[in-house]
Amino acid sequence: MDQVSKSRKLKPIEEAMRMIKDGDRVMVSGFGNSGDPKMLVEALTKVNAKDLTIISNDLGSPNEGLGSLLTAGKIKGLIGNYYNWNPDVADAFNAGKITVDLIPQGSFAEGIRAAGVGIAGFYTKTAVGTDLQGDREIKEFNGETYLLQNAIPADVALISAYKADELGNLVYYKTARNFNPLMAMAGKLVIAEVAEIVPIGSLDPESIVTPHIFVDVIVKRGC
Amino acid sequence: MYQYDEETAKARIAGRIAKEFSEMSKEKDLFVNLGVGIPTMVADHIDSKRVFLQAENGMLGVGPAACEGECDPLLINAGRIKVTETPGCSYFDSCMSFGMIRGGHVDATVIGAFEADQEGNVANWIIPGGKMLGVGGAMDLVAGARRVYIAMQHLSKKGKPKILKKCTLPITGYEKIHAIVTEYAVFRFINKNMYLEEICPNMTLNDLKEITPAEYIVSEKLINF
Repeated sequence: MDQVSKSRKLKPIEEAMRMIKDGDRVMVSGFGNSGDPKMLVEALTKVNAKDLTIISNDLGSPNEGLGSLLTAGKIKGLIGNYYNWNPDVADAFNAGKITVDLIPQGSFAEGIRAAGVGIAGFYTKTAVGTDLQGDREIKEFNGETYLLQNAIPADVALISAYKADELGNLVYYKTARNFNPLMAMAGKLVIAEVAEIVPIGSLDPESIVTPHIFVDVIVKRGC
Repeated sequence: MYQYDEETAKARIAGRIAKEFSEMSKEKDLFVNLGVGIPTMVADHIDSKRVFLQAENGMLGVGPAACEGECDPLLINAGRIKVTETPGCSYFDSCMSFGMIRGGHVDATVIGAFEADQEGNVANWIIPGGKMLGVGGAMDLVAGARRVYIAMQHLSKKGKPKILKKCTLPITGYEKIHAIVTEYAVFRFINKNMYLEEICPNMTLNDLKEITPAEYIVSEKLINF
């Protein structure tokens, strides 16, 4: 393998962050401080891009992780499911500063996957009849009521992995996997923060969770 | 009316549910998802090796909370508690995790609740106007798990009944409850009817009725627990 293809996706973090534009829908992986791209999120608080819609499981803690993005005034809207760990979200929402679209965690995850694999939406029993049903289409299948959850696409996905090879194949670590493989499929542009980059061929093909076809940019943690 | 101190009350609830799971696991391996609070304590009371805990953030075979020194900050359960592995555990993404739940592969979920009612409805995700804005996996779990156990103290912190004729707060899932376990009683839903199956030894049926607005049938096999 020649040097050009080896380093094709590896970029300095500044260059990667310049790819994020005003008004973008930005997906960010992680679940409660595990599996979130901490370095990319910190860099995002410092870029010029604003009016972002952040699509994530949670929003970290007050002024920590993604929480700092809210403090920095970068967020226009949130799509996610669990903001109880960061009461700043309820405050900003109640003050009319941001919009919040709550989607049950399983429907949220599947909606992200759907966006990544060319599925427009799917029917689920989750949230039927509840306040989160909203104006979603209702349909009966085999005598049971389902609602239509649309796919949840994004302009950019910021994800985190344990190891990448030089092609961009990714493997994860324990419960830090969570939303990463899904968001890797769903973002039009996928930027992966990784702890380690290994030579092509050194990852066991059976162990690769995210094949490199989904990954556009790799940023090495600590660089 | 007899009152348990908070610690004893919670241990009674967790212990009663754990006993049921240990019993169920004699016939087949049991897969269980535990919510935060009292539900998490159920794990400490399970004495069977064939009850496997699932965490919706992507783990099957969740072990006990990690001790200081052996903590791995990236290995957490859905309540953000640092946990440990058990032999045979596995990791997966959030889609597969909720596939297990939505697909009916998880035998039981244990959740806390603000309110539950005689129709088997549960309200546990939001108090409108409050500081909390989140649903997490609650609706998916209630809709998908084969059995939904409510583990909660019988009365709210302010002493108000929580087992009602009809929930007043936004509903998490309709007609989904299998059983409600409090420090005073075990109620089970059979064919849409709510039965009182077990009562604590220090309480009369009238005592219980006074703190339980829901209408329920006293089981012919009522026992103490």
